[in-house]
Amino acid sequence: MRELKIQTIKNGSVIDHITAGNAVKVLHILGIPKTSSSTISVAMNVKSKFGKKDIVKVENRELDPQEVDKIALIAPKATINIIRDFEVAEKHKVKLPKEIIGIVRCSNPTCVSNFNEPVESRFIVIREDPPRIKCYFCEREPEDIAERII
Amino acid sequence: MNFKGRDIISIKDFSKAEINYILECSKKMVPYAKGEKYTNILKDRVLSSLFFEPSTRTRLSFESAMNRLGGRVIGFSDPSGTSQKKGESLADTIRMADAYSDVIVVRHPQEGAARLAAEFADVPVLNAGDGAGRHPTQCLLDLFTILTEKKKIEKNKIVLLGDLKYGRTVHSLAYALSLYGAELTFVSPGSLKMPKEVINECKELGVEPISTSNLEKAISDADVLYVTRIQKERFPDAEEYNRVVGIYKIDNGLLKHARKDLIVMHPLPRVTEIDPEVDKTPHALYFKQAFNGVPVRMALLSLISGGRL
Ligand SMILES: Nc1ncnc2c1ncn2[C@@H]1O[C@H](COP(=O)(O)OP(=O)(O)OP(=O)(O)O)[C@@H](O)[C@H]1O
Ligand SMILES: [Mg+2]
Ligand SMILES: [Zn+2]
Repeated sequence: MRELKIQTIKNGSVIDHITAGNAVKVLHILGIPKTSSSTISVAMNVKSKFGKKDIVKVENRELDPQEVDKIALIAPKATINIIRDFEVAEKHKVKLPKEIIGIVRCSNPTCVSNFNEPVESRFIVIREDPPRIKCYFCEREPEDIAERII
Repeated sequence: MNFKGRDIISIKDFSKAEINYILECSKKMVPYAKGEKYTNILKDRVLSSLFFEPSTRTRLSFESAMNRLGGRVIGFSDPSGTSQKKGESLADTIRMADAYSDVIVVRHPQEGAARLAAEFADVPVLNAGDGAGRHPTQCLLDLFTILTEKKKIEKNKIVLLGDLKYGRTVHSLAYALSLYGAELTFVSPGSLKMPKEVINECKELGVEPISTSNLEKAISDADVLYVTRIQKERFPDAEEYNRVVGIYKIDNGLLKHARKDLIVMHPLPRVTEIDPEVDKTPHALYFKQAFNGVPVRMALLSLISGGRL
């Protein structure tokens, strides 16, 4: 039996097992809804086997799992489910890419990436879960990644 | 080993074998650095020396190194005469230097500036210090100094003293010495202790550093005492600063407790950390250490330019 059916969708994507409280930031990282006219529903603090979680459902749009991988930064346990004709057709567990570009601002105020230079912020992933990253430029490790999303 | 075209940004970009190779090349450069022998291996090559922040030793020794190799130097030692003042980005300045020269040396107040410079230059970039960040050539010349004086780096008992929290040289030095398995003791005032991350790095390399505030005891069986400056700005009031500076001052009285062959190093400039009376003793190695900046930087410039002696 499905654990939750707030909103059943015919076709689209479900991002499940998002760290509770981070659904809105996940949407922000994915640039949704700006880049999409799909109907989106967000469920927060949903009870599950592993405690509370957030869920995002995007109708009529199949998210590219590789594009979504970067949300592992703030939702390392998330899964992407592609729904076709009401059924889960594909399931993918997010996996942090080796580098995170343009998503997190460096926490070091004197880091060159925080000045007027023609570069995007860039971080090297040193651990996946819980995520640890360090700035490519100054090597500083931000502790509160979720607070540093650009 | 091929270094041609490589950037020198952080000591951590280099393996121990590569560091050893750089140190060997540095040794061969000594007579040329002293002007006892002459070479033209970088004849007609141009170095851009971009100092966005003041420096005496690092800049002069880089420029001397390039000249001793037969190359030429362009650049500035004070950005006030450049378009930087008009708000030009570092990236654009680097693009120009890349077009005008064969190798770039950059010192900049922002952390990560050298890494950024390397992104925008095709020619190799040497980091001459980026803010509170990295300063790999200082680290290499420190290793070279210990190696030439003690014939080896491993197993030496090395005391790092002073501002271990903010000091830019001591973090990479602690890391590099751990690569070699030196025995490390950290001596600092309580508020300027070595950061945990640095201590963990040492441990990951198999070194268990000792932290203490007892300088006299720490130096009693040490081979090397590495002194760094304690800056007044780090203290809430002058009284506390004066107290700390008094405790950690190196003078001949303190050195009575040390072994005869203890060497005292300092990245300079020193202010009051080392009494001038120490200069005349065989312990004083800081001026020779400063000289060593030339052969080490000659080795790096020639290696990344593909010049061979
Ligand atoms: N047609 C649908 N419309 C909306 N949501 C759906 C639909 N089908 C499945 N889901 C949701 O997608 C997620 C994954 O569904 P699935 O049936 O694979 O659950 P599961 O077996 O619990 O998977 P997991 O082990 O990943 O938690 C769940 O949150 C589920 O509620
Ligand atoms: Mg489930
Ligand atoms: Zn940074």
